[in-house]
Amino acid sequence: MCDIIIMVINDMEFISLKDCYKIYRNGVTAVARLNLKIEKGEFVFVIGSSGSGKSSIIKMLYREEKPSKGEVIVGGVNVAKLRDSKVYKLRRRIGIVFQDFKLLPNLNVYENVAFPLESFGLKKSEIKTKVHKALDQVGLREKYKSFPRELSGGEQQRVCIARAIVNEPKLLICDEPTGNLDSDTAKEIMNVIEKINKETQTTVIMATHAKEIVNRMKKRVVCIENGVLVYDKEKGTYKTHENTKAI
Amino acid sequence: MKILRLFKTGIRDAFKGVFRNFSLSLAAIFSIVITLLLVTASIILSANLNNITKQIEKDITIVTFMQKDATDKDVDSLKGKLEEVDNIASFTYKSKAEIKKEISNDSDVFNALLSQFDDESVPLKNVFHIKVIDVRYINDTAKTIKGFEEVSAIQYGEGMVEQLVSVFSVIEKITIGVVIAMIVVSAFLISNTIKITIYSRRTEIDIMRLVGTSNFAIRFPHLVEGFIIGALGSIIPILATIYGYTIMYSNLDGYIFSKMFLLIKPYNFVYLISFVLFIIGSLVGMIGSYRAVRKYLKI
Repeated sequence: MCDIIIMVINDMEFISLKDCYKIYRNGVTAVARLNLKIEKGEFVFVIGSSGSGKSSIIKMLYREEKPSKGEVIVGGVNVAKLRDSKVYKLRRRIGIVFQDFKLLPNLNVYENVAFPLESFGLKKSEIKTKVHKALDQVGLREKYKSFPRELSGGEQQRVCIARAIVNEPKLLICDEPTGNLDSDTAKEIMNVIEKINKETQTTVIMATHAKEIVNRMKKRVVCIENGVLVYDKEKGTYKTHENTKAI
Repeated sequence: MKILRLFKTGIRDAFKGVFRNFSLSLAAIFSIVITLLLVTASIILSANLNNITKQIEKDITIVTFMQKDATDKDVDSLKGKLEEVDNIASFTYKSKAEIKKEISNDSDVFNALLSQFDDESVPLKNVFHIKVIDVRYINDTAKTIKGFEEVSAIQYGEGMVEQLVSVFSVIEKITIGVVIAMIVVSAFLISNTIKITIYSRRTEIDIMRLVGTSNFAIRFPHLVEGFIIGALGSIIPILATIYGYTIMYSNLDGYIFSKMFLLIKPYNFVYLISFVLFIIGSLVGMIGSYRAVRKYLKI
């Protein structure tokens, strides 16, 4: 069973949500009848107002939340049916970037990035190579000995990105990665993520509120309102979806 | 190899964890010290009470008086019958001549009185001192013995023995209950203190989960950490048990109040308790960690 999961995830082709619902215990419907397909290597913005359901969608992709109904397929695996004890195998193939960085304050940059690899039981030499490669990709190699408190917000987010990509995932999920950053720093972060997407063909799914970034980058835009998909367009913008109806 | 590396990293992280949150670890260690001191005190009390009751029970004897005119043949016949009784551990025989000699040696008055008789005509009876295996059944055993034709009377403190036995049995039950209660309370206290220590690390556990760390790799360092905290917390109670009890034993010359109440000898006893304390401390430490981590491992 485990071997099958690894094999399928390695061969990650696309993400697919079929008739997907997420209804919380308090009765709130966060996602309703959502159908969405994302191809390998795509860069997709998931936009929508606060409480629209975009975070629930993002969380379902890495099985932090289970769909109430329907299928969520990541790399050929229906994550809704994945046993709890096997979820970590899915997450090892996915990189996650958080709005609040989620860095461990007692570990330096190198240790924070190496943290997942160590817990996977990789060799020290292998960890060193991978960590330095990831730090190079985000432009933080010189600061590998610094602690998070010694870094700016943008630098902390770059450490978070390095940690997300250190295991060379096929899918990078970003949950409002620029939410805590000023516009210049946000641009820098977006450049780093775009570079990763282009150079390594990593699929990027990003939940965001940043209109300026979405409008500038001209990527696929998926808009969720009240849990329903209302807008899905290649090279879409934040402005154009505002008068659309549910599709 | 991968699993070995995980073990190595887990043990390293466990030691780091203990010292990184040292104030919390220290609080947990102190709580373990206090509860284990209570545990060791109740174990020592309970074990000694049981020892004293066992000693007293051992000393209870059925004194069996033979018929006045009992012959050597009757003595042999009664010996044979006593060997057949189930609950008899051992017995000793004293002829009336031996008893006469003992009494005469003890007191000049008796000596003067008894010297008027020869060994055969002395108004004393041959006696068997019988020890029983289980004092609870002493009544039945005494009845059986009294039924033998060679026996004229028996004495074993009827009534008082039963009372003594029932009091001892209550004391034994209470002390065992106290020890069990102390262990349960200590388990609860230790496990909750460690839970607080782990609680401070829920963000770290959360991050570990999200980056794909397996439940084993998350749990293992925390289990080791619980073990270390529990083991460290058991050191002071172990030292207190070994030195405290040995000093108390030698100061009291090995008994309380009278030599009827003998204390258990320290050698072996203190090491056995130390082992129990170490096991309780480390095991409960691990259980506490397991419970705490499990709470934050919800996928």
